[in-house]
Amino acid sequence: MSFYFFGEKIRLVSDIIAGYLSIFLMGIAAVVFLTYYKKWGALWRYVKTTHHSKVGILYLSAGFAFFLRAGLDALIIRAQLALPQNEFWVFQGDKYNQMMTTHGTTMIFFVAMPLIIGLMNVAVPLQIGARDLAFPFLNALSFWLFLAGGALINISFVLGGSPTAGWTSYVPLALDEFTPATGNDYYSLGLQVSGIGTLLTAINFLVTIINKRTPGMKLMRMPLFTWATLVTSILILFAFPALTVALLLLMFDRLYGTGMLAADAGNSLIWQHLFWIFGHPEVYILILPAFGIFSDVITTFAKKRLFGYSSMVIALVLIGFLGFMVWIHHMFTVGLGPTSNAIFAISTMSIAVPTGIKIFNWLFTIRGGVITFNTPMLFSLGFIPSFVIGGVTGVMLATVPADYQYHDSYFVVGHFHYVIVGGTILGIFAGVYYWWPKLFGFMLNDVLGKWHFWTFLIGFHITFFPMHIMGLKGMPRRVFTYLPEDGLTGLNLASTVGAFMMGGSMMIFLWNIYQSYRHSPREVGNDPWDGRTIEWTIPSPPPEYNFARLPKVYSSDAWWQAKKYQNGRLEAAEELSPIRMPLDTAKPMLIGMFMLIGSFGIIVEVWYFQLVGLLGVIGLMVLHSFQDSGRKMVTPKTHPDEKIGGEE
Amino acid sequence: MMAEEKIVFSKEFTEEETADRVLGLWFFIGAEIVLFGCLFGVYLTLNNHTVPGESPGELFELKQTILATFLLLSSSFTCAQSFLGAKKNHYKKSFFFLISTFVLGAAFLGLEAHEFFKYVREGHTFTSSPFMSSFYILVGTHGTHVLAGCTWMVLLLIHLKRERITSYTKAKLEAFSLYWHFVDVVWIFIFTVVYLIGKAGIIY
Repeated sequence: MSFYFFGEKIRLVSDIIAGYLSIFLMGIAAVVFLTYYKKWGALWRYVKTTHHSKVGILYLSAGFAFFLRAGLDALIIRAQLALPQNEFWVFQGDKYNQMMTTHGTTMIFFVAMPLIIGLMNVAVPLQIGARDLAFPFLNALSFWLFLAGGALINISFVLGGSPTAGWTSYVPLALDEFTPATGNDYYSLGLQVSGIGTLLTAINFLVTIINKRTPGMKLMRMPLFTWATLVTSILILFAFPALTVALLLLMFDRLYGTGMLAADAGNSLIWQHLFWIFGHPEVYILILPAFGIFSDVITTFAKKRLFGYSSMVIALVLIGFLGFMVWIHHMFTVGLGPTSNAIFAISTMSIAVPTGIKIFNWLFTIRGGVITFNTPMLFSLGFIPSFVIGGVTGVMLATVPADYQYHDSYFVVGHFHYVIVGGTILGIFAGVYYWWPKLFGFMLNDVLGKWHFWTFLIGFHITFFPMHIMGLKGMPRRVFTYLPEDGLTGLNLASTVGAFMMGGSMMIFLWNIYQSYRHSPREVGNDPWDGRTIEWTIPSPPPEYNFARLPKVYSSDAWWQAKKYQNGRLEAAEELSPIRMPLDTAKPMLIGMFMLIGSFGIIVEVWYFQLVGLLGVIGLMVLHSFQDSGRKMVTPKTHPDEKIGGEE
Repeated sequence: MMAEEKIVFSKEFTEEETADRVLGLWFFIGAEIVLFGCLFGVYLTLNNHTVPGESPGELFELKQTILATFLLLSSSFTCAQSFLGAKKNHYKKSFFFLISTFVLGAAFLGLEAHEFFKYVREGHTFTSSPFMSSFYILVGTHGTHVLAGCTWMVLLLIHLKRERITSYTKAKLEAFSLYWHFVDVVWIFIFTVVYLIGKAGIIY
């Protein structure tokens, strides 16, 4: 059974039917839920919002939804690889390629990125004493563009097949000559649209952090998470345009008949260079915010000042800078010659120095501290050894002659999962547990949190540690099966067991959210963790203007200093006065929708969709140009106390 | 804790809002530099991937491009005059020079469209060789920026007409003039790298 969808033949086989069914059932469930609990109004308020913490919540929820999808892909991959010559459902050959490509692409662009940007949205304005981001409209727009891109890549599975060329989408494999299905068109357009959103968000955070700090919040007094956001935003700013160009070339080659990336007429290496000029900074875009979160969490729960604050900042900047100098280490086996390989090997290894500085500074921060072993702290402590393993294998991979052996083997898969899961994802969990009470006004259950942590960490090591050995034994990445005599059965089976354990761990996390939402005491107060930075001086959840009066800051860890030396009160930097807040608007959502329609039109090559998308986007931008002067003047009525902070 | 809310529509930007916009545009230009840098890289890699009779030296005509360069660089001057006029609250000067900028930008676009049509008529289309594709993408992306700038100018002219010189229109004009100067700078590089060096027959 099959039908045609804009010229693409879609076979209704079991997995595609399951896909349609799950979309249909989840849609029905959502409608029933929203109607039964009368939440349509609340949803509409979120759709229209331009407020940073609400946009942050949108980012976090969308990111977790994609997390479940990409996690399901991972489980399918592991089920297929569990045994030699296994045939799990339909996921062999091309379908397997669809799964591993969607898993990688989604996890990087639609899970790690939005979760990190979501936490930035939630925490950064509060940490620097700002009312909102510099451009609230742009912030909402960034979110909707990201969602449009994510929707495109996710929907592709049931509309003719997902992308199949791996998350790196190397040409010439990714050209229509070798992968004629529409999957890779969805890749190029989906990432393009969400990439624009990410770029806008970076500009937004840069301007916010540079212009919107409260009086006295000098750069070298900012919390480390804010510093990490600043450096990350610079990386996004200079890295994403390279991806934009790469995807543009891919789109023209696939859909408009040019041959720039073709092996014969054009030059396939252009893709690899552009992709990794973006791609290597991208991995630092993912890890630096996690570093920032760990710094804040560790100082809070070790009750100590961050050891070597300025060296931590310099290390962040240095990692960000060196991150642009190492992209050839993904291309050692391309054959660019020993000189270029040697230079990039050395620059790669030198990144271990600032990273090592950070690891030791965290250890010295913990040393002699009064440590509280709660969930966010456990995630931070679990991160240190896990990430060190990932870092060490990274230096191994940077050794050029050895890399010829590791290249494209499971060793690489093990390595990058150790840094991305062991670094970024643990950091995201630490951040979510840490800022949850500030965001929602209640704590996540600590006992369930600890179950979540231990099952996740143990499952993580069981899943990914064997991959190093598989790689050393010669198992290449991106294969859907292997032979019994390869001696890889036990390792693969262990890895699959670990993956399902991580899947179970995510269920514990979801259960924790539900349980805590039902049963956790509300009234956590302003400062449930006995925190150090100024986000803990305001109510949880904060009023929409965050600070009724902006606090004056005299040092880093200003709130801790105030608690220690100023009876827990911060001086106000201004009189109580009406605060200019942005208006809600649905225009960002509509722009995202028209972008989706337009990009879809490009993929299926239907001109009227393209036209509608283009006119819609331009029309809304013109409209916004005439409506950008509206402001909401909010007058907070707060106690006439002269100091800020403490319980009300 | 309660809060009072009041919605206002004021065509005034605070100094902070203006500063945010200008800084944001600077960062945007930073990203654009990388974008055009990559496009230049692609062009320089592919400009020898071509078919006989379709090399830069045979294709380009300097006379017309020099005229286009002259138009676009003059538009930078008029754009600066428009912004200076706004700074001195001189509405008429600002408006006149912004219209001049628009006319010069539009004339530039006309010349570029003429050039592209000529090539296409001669059979040098977007898909005829990787060289042509990368040429159209690089020069076309710049042209799209000019087009976007012209559209932006139409909006600015309407704003100026309606609001005269206020902190609101000044902020918009300042952001625009930054953008427009950047687009001009990119053209100088395109003129040098694509047209002059191409005409001289130097191919990498």
